[in-house]
Amino acid sequence: MSTFDYTVLDRAIEEFGNAESSLISILQSAQEHYRYLPREVFPYLAEKLNISEAKIYGVATFYENFSLEQKGKYVIKVCDGTACHVRHSVPILEALRKELGLSEQKKTTDDLMFTVETVACLGACSSAPAITLNNEIYPTMTPEMAVALVKSLKENG
Amino acid sequence: MSEYMIIDGIKVQIEGEKNVLELARKAGIEIPAFCYDPDLSIYGACRMCMFEDERGRLDASCSCKPRDGMVIKTNTPKLRKYRKMILELLLANHCRDCTICHMSGKCKLQEFAYKFNIEGVRFPNNACALSPDSSSNCIIREPGKCILCGKCVRICNEIQSVGAIDYAFRGSKMKIATAFDGDIANSPCVGCGQCAAVCPTGAITIRDDADQVWKAIGNPDIEVSVQVAPAVRVGLGTEFGFAEGENVMGKLVTALREMGFDKVYDTNIGADLTIMEESNELVQRVKNGGKLPMFTSCCPAWIRFAEDKYPDLLDNISTCKSPMQMLASTIKATYTGEKKHIHVAIMPCSAKKDEARREKFGGAVDYVLSTQEVVRMIREHGIHFKYLEESFPDSPFKEYTGASVIFGATGGVMEAALRTAVETLTGKNLDCVEFKEVRGMEGVKEAEYDVNGLKVKVAAVSGLKNAAMVCDKVRAGECDYQFIEIMSCPGGCVNGAGQPFVDAFKRSDMDYKGMRAKGLYDTDAGMSNRKSHLNESINALYDNFFGKVGSHKAHELLHTSYEPKKK
Repeated sequence: MSTFDYTVLDRAIEEFGNAESSLISILQSAQEHYRYLPREVFPYLAEKLNISEAKIYGVATFYENFSLEQKGKYVIKVCDGTACHVRHSVPILEALRKELGLSEQKKTTDDLMFTVETVACLGACSSAPAITLNNEIYPTMTPEMAVALVKSLKENG
Repeated sequence: MSEYMIIDGIKVQIEGEKNVLELARKAGIEIPAFCYDPDLSIYGACRMCMFEDERGRLDASCSCKPRDGMVIKTNTPKLRKYRKMILELLLANHCRDCTICHMSGKCKLQEFAYKFNIEGVRFPNNACALSPDSSSNCIIREPGKCILCGKCVRICNEIQSVGAIDYAFRGSKMKIATAFDGDIANSPCVGCGQCAAVCPTGAITIRDDADQVWKAIGNPDIEVSVQVAPAVRVGLGTEFGFAEGENVMGKLVTALREMGFDKVYDTNIGADLTIMEESNELVQRVKNGGKLPMFTSCCPAWIRFAEDKYPDLLDNISTCKSPMQMLASTIKATYTGEKKHIHVAIMPCSAKKDEARREKFGGAVDYVLSTQEVVRMIREHGIHFKYLEESFPDSPFKEYTGASVIFGATGGVMEAALRTAVETLTGKNLDCVEFKEVRGMEGVKEAEYDVNGLKVKVAAVSGLKNAAMVCDKVRAGECDYQFIEIMSCPGGCVNGAGQPFVDAFKRSDMDYKGMRAKGLYDTDAGMSNRKSHLNESINALYDNFFGKVGSHKAHELLHTSYEPKKK
């Protein structure tokens, strides 16, 4: 715990202030930096913002966007909104999971390289079926294109 | 111009009521509610308290302010249908093992299911499969019985500022949880049990240790002694048909003997001992420039709170053990019998169960029973409590003073200590022993006394949020008190979580805390000896056993130390 670097949190507190209402913004900064919310974040923010850890845990578990589990270096979000769904997003998801040995429960590979999850809508319906890789949109995908993308990432580390 | 509302055809004047629900209650109309509690913030989650207006629109009466000219109904076919549906859905997610639930007969869900004539639940039920959290020495959490009314969360945060639990997850997965959904024993929980005191179902209850005590009583090779705390005697009576606050100690002593306890002692003696040591400690700190202000140390939940949140103030807390521990240590140290000796303490408190297990106390108290547990034991034994003869506790710890009785109410420890400290400091006889400024149910009471030209400023605080506020001031050097009494439960031990359950509406309808406290103050007023240092039993104990106040032996048996919570 002593080795944890709190500068990301300190910077976020400086930017948003230490009021209770800043919590979500600060958590978002942490999530953006670590791609999840490490445990060390909770007691630290509890003290700095003067709110209980249980409350922060409540906020972190309420919003789907926050993750308490470590995510991979590459986070792939497969859109399963209506437009993407009818244009066959599910086979893309299945192909990615098969390629990486993942499932609905197991979302991240053991080597912490890849995370595959679904989202309700990316707002990129004109490009359906779409996926994002670390927040960058990849439009009109096919299962083959998705697998090829993952393979190229694996090769390049 | 007066403002009115029409509720169920009754014209009701609005006189500053904070919501429609309270206004309806004034008119004698009881609107059902699970999540509403007059002492807590409005949550509006259970939707049982809905009303219907003239246009058929619905709103929650707990979160709706009364407005002039509003015409509403609290009981319509639509509302009845909704309420029954809410109940059916709650029951579908509720572990309905009422026959083996501690709250049976007092549970709001059970009461409403009966009142609203729920005859069946059409949904499958898996609630009993959720495993309880029995990690705490003080409380048991059974998530399968939780109806998510959130009273526990609100009292833990708003009144106690402990923040051990909160709402977690979302929608159908929502639950009350500690951080990371861990065991409550590993959370900041201080064991005050106020969550259990407000829980309308059996989702949070006080741990029950009666079985082990029955076993000890039933073993002829074990001598079982018991002590009874001040607040218990004014809390227990209501369960047996006595008025709230009536002192039933005499009957309780008889009942305990009938149940098989070998010796019955009064925690009041421990309280008198505490005053001797604590007032001496205060006088020494004042005279010798010791750390001030000095905080009282009787309340175990407060000690846990300070060890967790105010480790820098631990040197300000009196080193005196609590009355329970002082008496237990003395009883164990002076026991000369040959049998194995087990000592039980009857307390109005859940946190005392944890205190008894503190390593430093060496197990002087083997078991702590709450008032609730003793009520059940008396019933189990088939005792007609109301018709019992009264009797006195056992020697040699028989004589107590009025000062010790009032320990059960907020301000009581302070007043008792002042009676002795002021006489010690002035060397003069104190004629008026009542320090009325520190009486009453307010959360923070302050007073200043002139003792021989020395200004003594004191505060009596109850409720941990109030305690935190005062601690913050002390930390910032913003207050000049010499002596601060802290009790975790609002109103003091009379309102401890181990006391008989009081329904939320009953709590707002009558000042039950004040009535229990009055029971203690009346007992004090009726006593000839109201100062701890004039207690003959205590003085004999010092002469024959401890030596003098603050002696080495007294320090060994009657004092302790505190440690910051490991994180």
